[in-house]
Amino acid sequence: MLAFVLRRIAQAVLVMLAVGLIAFSLFRFVGDPVLFMLGQDATPEDRARITRLLGLDQPFYVQYAQFVGRALQGNFGLSLRQAQPVSKLIAERLPATLELSLVAALLALVGGVSMGVYTALRRNSWLAQMMLAVSLVGVSLPTFLIGILLILVFAVLLGWLPSFGRGDTVALGWWSTGLLTASGLKSLILPAITLGLFQMTLIQRLVRSEMLEVLRTDYIKFARARGLTDRAVHFGHALRNTLVPVITITGLQLGAIIAFAIITETVFQWPGMGLLFIQAVGFADVPVMAAYLCLIALFFVVINLMVDLLYYAVDPRLRIDRSIAAG
Amino acid sequence: MNLQAIWNHDLAYSFRRSPVTVAAALLTLACVGGALLAPWIAPYNPFDAASLDLNAAFAPPAWSAQGRPGYLLGTDDQGRDLLSTILYGARISLGVGIAAVLFALFLGVTLGLLSGYFGGRLDAAIMRIADIQLSFPAILIALLVDGVARVALPASSHDEIAVPVLIFSIGVSGWVQYARTVRGSTLVEKNKEYVQAARVIGRRPLAIMLRHVLPNVMGPVLVIATIHIATAIITEATLSFLGVGVPPTRPSLGTLIRIGNEFLLSGEWWITVFPGIALVILVLSVNLLGDWLRDALNPKLR
Repeated sequence: MLAFVLRRIAQAVLVMLAVGLIAFSLFRFVGDPVLFMLGQDATPEDRARITRLLGLDQPFYVQYAQFVGRALQGNFGLSLRQAQPVSKLIAERLPATLELSLVAALLALVGGVSMGVYTALRRNSWLAQMMLAVSLVGVSLPTFLIGILLILVFAVLLGWLPSFGRGDTVALGWWSTGLLTASGLKSLILPAITLGLFQMTLIQRLVRSEMLEVLRTDYIKFARARGLTDRAVHFGHALRNTLVPVITITGLQLGAIIAFAIITETVFQWPGMGLLFIQAVGFADVPVMAAYLCLIALFFVVINLMVDLLYYAVDPRLRIDRSIAAG
Repeated sequence: MNLQAIWNHDLAYSFRRSPVTVAAALLTLACVGGALLAPWIAPYNPFDAASLDLNAAFAPPAWSAQGRPGYLLGTDDQGRDLLSTILYGARISLGVGIAAVLFALFLGVTLGLLSGYFGGRLDAAIMRIADIQLSFPAILIALLVDGVARVALPASSHDEIAVPVLIFSIGVSGWVQYARTVRGSTLVEKNKEYVQAARVIGRRPLAIMLRHVLPNVMGPVLVIATIHIATAIITEATLSFLGVGVPPTRPSLGTLIRIGNEFLLSGEWWITVFPGIALVILVLSVNLLGDWLRDALNPKLR
């Protein structure tokens, strides 16, 4: 057990160091940050001063070590475009992305589970057939097209909901939330649907197939034979046994949702980290890109690590498989 | 093989029996045909800056009140005929998608063969990288590789190198599934007698891999590639939509949707909607065709 946990953590640290190296190489070898900050007609003294200030006169490995050390403290230097600390920019944008992602994940979970249960129990009803058809479309349409379609219908044609931005936000300490104002909530609806739809169809299909599988098993037959109500059989026995894989998948998908937020945020001009990253790519703003790269990798590594450890704790069968697979 | 034999073949039979597949095949054919023949069937050449008429910009579709008869689907912000631009754009979208799949296939098959045939540390290293990459969504990898490449290369050359960079980043994001499949089949094949025989008569590993193992592991790979094309087209469209893909001077479908998206709120809906519909038809029909091929070639599902 301990060996597995340690190996898994070591692997996670290795991945983070590799991502850090990519981020750092961006810093070191891409463009000329000094030129970028000072423009063409800077004096040599100014150039030397900024070069020293940015630490660009040190050898490669020293700079990498310093980079890792600073990154661990959340310090990624100044944004080239906005001349502000990157950590401040990210901290401003983080609440927007996390709120959007969590609401989208919640929507996907609730919508996906209830639709999955319904389509499994009433397999032949027209509503279930329609849900399956909609989910097929949801899987095959690109996310950004769904967003544009929603904007076209609900913002342009009907004029019910705002098409961009976050609405009014309330500051709770350093965290700015849009969940407490009416305009904030209204602004959240379309992006959350856009972002959650793909995961919702995924969860719906998963729940449906798991439910169909479980409903065929003997213990469900016995539960029925004991004269339990349909409700007790469906929700107390069948659904409960499908939830373990569903929760794991949702957990794993949380990282994907945060990553896919880049697309949704661009469509809806949502002021989150993804939009910050896309704008940074457009302006070759390396420090912001590097910070985003490290942060998103950290999210993924931590989520995967937690899911792996949870699996290991929950399912004893995996322990044997894993130790064989790991050789 | 004569026509009669083709008609009676298993695949042809399952194809004839599925109207959805026939429809998807026809649509795919129409999309690919329209894209390939764009220079001959498109009413205008949207890439020829001299023929652009800025006065004709933002003309709505021909059937609406202010529509101009020459522009069936209307024009975009630079006065380009939308139908022609969509045909040319589909050409770029399809081209990038297929090229990216071929690149991913080449990369994945090579690494999978090496990994499966030689085993040991090489295998462990390649498969560990594959595991790590698989824990990130492919589109994120493509976006990051693309973003890094764009920042690393000089800004002045962005427009010319946009397409190769896209092919590279989408290809790199998709090699893992090929490598895993090929590695698995190679592990099975390399212990069979014909490989041992080839080794005994002294053929070199490279020759054994290419001439003996490769033909026997390619079947599933081709099925994966068919399904992968639709994903690659979506990825290209998404990157172009985000503004890190094909430049607006020679737009792909994704770039067109991005251009149109800026004018959506002011009422010029057609610049986004028509390329969007074209993209959906293209992706959906290729997807359905790939799904059918996968099921038809899988004897377990028959």
